[in-house]
Amino acid sequence: MECNERYGLNRELAQMLKGGVIMDVTTPEQARIAEKAGACTVMALERIPADIRAAGGVSRMSDPKMIKGIQEAVSIPVMAKCRIGHFVEAQILEAIEIDYIDESEVLSPADDVHHIDKTRFKVPFVCGARDLGEALRRIGEGASMIRTKGEPGTGDVVQAVSHMRAMNMQIAELRAVRDDEVYEYAKGLQVPLDLAQYVHRNGRLPVVNFAAGGVATPADAALMMQLGADGVFVGSGIFKSGNPEKRAAAIVRAVTDYNDPKVLAEVSEDLGEAMVGINKDEIERLENIRMAERGQ
Amino acid sequence: MSRIGVLAVQGAFREHIDVLTDLGAECFEIRKTADLEKGADALVIPGGESTVMGKLTRDLGILPVMGEMVRSGTPVMGTCAGLILLAEEVEGGDVHLGTLPVAVRRNAYGRQLGSFSAEGEFAGVGRVPLEFIRAPMITRVGEGVDVLCELDGVPVAVRYGNQLAMSFHPELTGDLRVHRYFLDMVR
Repeated sequence: MECNERYGLNRELAQMLKGGVIMDVTTPEQARIAEKAGACTVMALERIPADIRAAGGVSRMSDPKMIKGIQEAVSIPVMAKCRIGHFVEAQILEAIEIDYIDESEVLSPADDVHHIDKTRFKVPFVCGARDLGEALRRIGEGASMIRTKGEPGTGDVVQAVSHMRAMNMQIAELRAVRDDEVYEYAKGLQVPLDLAQYVHRNGRLPVVNFAAGGVATPADAALMMQLGADGVFVGSGIFKSGNPEKRAAAIVRAVTDYNDPKVLAEVSEDLGEAMVGINKDEIERLENIRMAERGQ
Repeated sequence: MSRIGVLAVQGAFREHIDVLTDLGAECFEIRKTADLEKGADALVIPGGESTVMGKLTRDLGILPVMGEMVRSGTPVMGTCAGLILLAEEVEGGDVHLGTLPVAVRRNAYGRQLGSFSAEGEFAGVGRVPLEFIRAPMITRVGEGVDVLCELDGVPVAVRYGNQLAMSFHPELTGDLRVHRYFLDMVR
């Protein structure tokens, strides 16, 4: 009961973040800029995904001291990342009273088979997903918020679009099948039956679903909202660009007014240089990491 | 039928719209000042992040128009961040509408690990479920403000004439009675 009540509260915090932008920040100064620009939450991490990509090597949970510095700098919720399957990193983040943990493919996975049993924690988790199967498996493990994986650190929105579309299409399919066909559908997706039945009845995920991974411009953010995202994560896109304050505020406006092309035109003006980016073909050519394939 | 304008710049506005629609009200979203010209019988300011909602309503010019409507008697309900937007004093933070004579302290119950569920007696309604999500606390209640609900001696729901505000989230519980109370204020 205690556990269910806590899960409800955690799902509800994600509901409060809807229509908002969650921004990656690496310093208290950046966190303050993000809050002032209208971020609904900041993600505290030592290196943004673009730099993790460039640096290579093993990427781990950030220094708790650095995360605490950011918690003290802002009044909005603070998220932090732990490695897939690394439940001790998650315990540490819970001990410093983080508001949300991102069990993230952006860091090097610590377990190539198991994700964290998130039902054992009081603190909420968000997890990445490329399709409905991954989303419902993560929810089955206790995630109270889902985001698309996209391809982090690239500034290329194509993967986030493909993941959001895949999820929408599978939700529509599952909604359309007969009641007695849900069992087979759940088996095919390798997901818990009760969660498949929820989607069949309600036509949506039981938790909030944000877009993430490659969002770089106000237009990208509005694109993801029009495709049905509840909100947007922007990682490297802001502090890797020419004018972070202005771009951050513009993306916040774009997520509020995602259906108003006039506003989108206005806020897209004169933002300076966007992050240079790296596209998925280049990732393959450079034999760089495809983060989206981590943790299925 | 009452027409309710729900501030929809960020946060859990959909949940309020669903509850009010279930109760037979007609709702529309407020994202810009032009939306306020559609003629609202009442306003709802939902939960979300008050810093974001404060900034956007200010940048978009919604704040002064809403403030004028509230001061001239349009009924308004604010939940959580909505309470912060209405309060005349925000400890250590920016005042937004400032129409409700209370002081609030943001995140007074702590970070997400401090979020909790409870029950309380709501005047004229009965025992209702109370969901507190990184909630603000009402730390001072001005003259003429009625306290409708208390938890451990702390006011969690108040009414000041046409303004109804609470630090918890009635839109998340499936219990429609607090919204019904609000609609009775509108009629």
